[in-house]
Amino acid sequence: MCGIAGLIHRGKSSNVGSELQGMLQALKHRGEDSTGYALYGDTDGKNFIMRFKVGENVGEGSSSVMEDVSVYDERKKIVDETLAEMGAKIVKEERTLPYSLRYEIDYNVKDLLEFSQRIESIPGVEILSMGKSLEVIKDLGNAKMVCDRYSLDKVVGTHAIGHARMATESGVDIKSAHPFWGYPFSDVSVVHNGQLTNYWNNRRVLENKGMRFMSECDSELIAVYLAEKMRDGATLEEGMKASLTGLDGVFTYFVATKDSLGMAKDTMAAKPLVLYESDDLVAMGSEEIAIRSVLPQEIDTYDPFDGEVKVWQI
Amino acid sequence: MANLKTVSKKSKAQSMGMHTEVLTGRTQQKFFNPDEAENFYYFGTYDVDFNKRTELDVKDMTAPEANKEIDNLMSQGYGTIVIKNPQGKHSLGVGILNKLNLIFEGSLGYFGMGSCDGPIVRINGRVGWSCAENLMAGKVVIEKNAGSCFGAAIRGGDLICKGSVGARTGIDMKGGTIIIGGDAGAFTGFMMQRGRIIILGDVGINLGDSMYDGTIFVGGEIGSYGSDAVDAELTKSDQDWLKRKLKVAEIGENFDVSKMKKIVAGKKLWNYDNLEPTEKKGAI
Repeated sequence: MCGIAGLIHRGKSSNVGSELQGMLQALKHRGEDSTGYALYGDTDGKNFIMRFKVGENVGEGSSSVMEDVSVYDERKKIVDETLAEMGAKIVKEERTLPYSLRYEIDYNVKDLLEFSQRIESIPGVEILSMGKSLEVIKDLGNAKMVCDRYSLDKVVGTHAIGHARMATESGVDIKSAHPFWGYPFSDVSVVHNGQLTNYWNNRRVLENKGMRFMSECDSELIAVYLAEKMRDGATLEEGMKASLTGLDGVFTYFVATKDSLGMAKDTMAAKPLVLYESDDLVAMGSEEIAIRSVLPQEIDTYDPFDGEVKVWQI
Repeated sequence: MANLKTVSKKSKAQSMGMHTEVLTGRTQQKFFNPDEAENFYYFGTYDVDFNKRTELDVKDMTAPEANKEIDNLMSQGYGTIVIKNPQGKHSLGVGILNKLNLIFEGSLGYFGMGSCDGPIVRINGRVGWSCAENLMAGKVVIEKNAGSCFGAAIRGGDLICKGSVGARTGIDMKGGTIIIGGDAGAFTGFMMQRGRIIILGDVGINLGDSMYDGTIFVGGEIGSYGSDAVDAELTKSDQDWLKRKLKVAEIGENFDVSKMKKIVAGKKLWNYDNLEPTEKKGAI
């Protein structure tokens, strides 16, 4: 089933970490295999923020084996060495969990694709997000569990999107969890509710064009699809409109960039979305109760129609 | 309402507006004698007094708790209940088989007023997906917008949305009337079997896709017709009915119904021969 939620404050910042946690927790009945946040925090914009993992959170009942922390340490060490080789200086380092890290990097990135490829060539390492504002945090469990684990409730920023996942066609693990980073574009993230039926065909085409997939989750296709469109010069909105026919299946998805938030709904309108829009706030989610967690008063909401694409700026 | 005693059996359901085709052969329709109405009752229904009014704040209640309390109030004879702070909760007001005036001061989430038979409901807000699914009788009025699958599989009653609705409005409906003051999304009337849908605004793609029967009236633009949905002549009788219905619904009273489009099933997609599968097999 899955639930998605997003909000954008226009002209001001707010406690988006706490707000999104409330929205996603309201949707936990739609799935709590994993929960993910894409938070666009207030930063000075000087350094890149890289969220990455050096291992998986192996949940209870999984046939996978939890790796020893020493393995993570070794991978982290190689990441640090690789960054140093590329001339990147780690300004700040946080290791929330043994397998999950956050680096602030002082580095004049000329080619984010090459940078990412070098980091991800290290076995077991995956960049969850890269940007000057975006931070993708995702892990197993419901919204509150993930929020508490990563102390997200105090994050202040302008906008955010998130996902409460009920795993159906790929594993219960972090790499299959949403949001997906729009690799290799700085500050682009995607969450999706639905099912894409031309995933493999599109994946083969996009991989032949040099795009990268990290999971076998169909939703990742949206991030890669949009990234490829933008790489070829399309605007975000143009890419999203193309996706209405380029992607087959049922979907409602959100995409966020450094300064915008967009939604797209397939031509069959098979997946739910409720939207609230005012001059200073746009909030949307799979169900109205998500919006009610940040706006408990009586408000006017509506369902976007089939084939609708909307983009808002901060 | 038609006089059931004087109308021939063949056209009883037709005269009630339930369908347009002439049924032949085997049918599972049951015709009840109105004189025996007191013999037909639901278990767990109550005698209520519409003048006995109360309010219920459900802000801190779960949906089951709220529904249980509504039932409890009906058992005490309250015939008018005002629900405060529904706050988009799902499944509020489901399964009410009573005559009741129910007023929601706010919006409902999914499945609001599902499987009801008899209540008169006013929702001073918005509703989420599948509002009034399987409504059998009564009237539900929504003052703002509604989500997708509005009035899915309703069998009777009037379902009115003064704003716009999402996709698949009236999917699989088997009777009753759905009235939309604004626009409607894709696949409106998808696989509908009987009943009527009135849309005063525009409607999305695939209108009436694979409909078996029933009638759709559209006041605005149509995105596209679905499979087997075809235009039909808007008769004087249709216009009179539309005027009456819109007046009763307190919506679009001054709307020029003469310019509405009427869409019905082309009846090319299905075979209504009334044979059971085993009988078909024998015939082959």
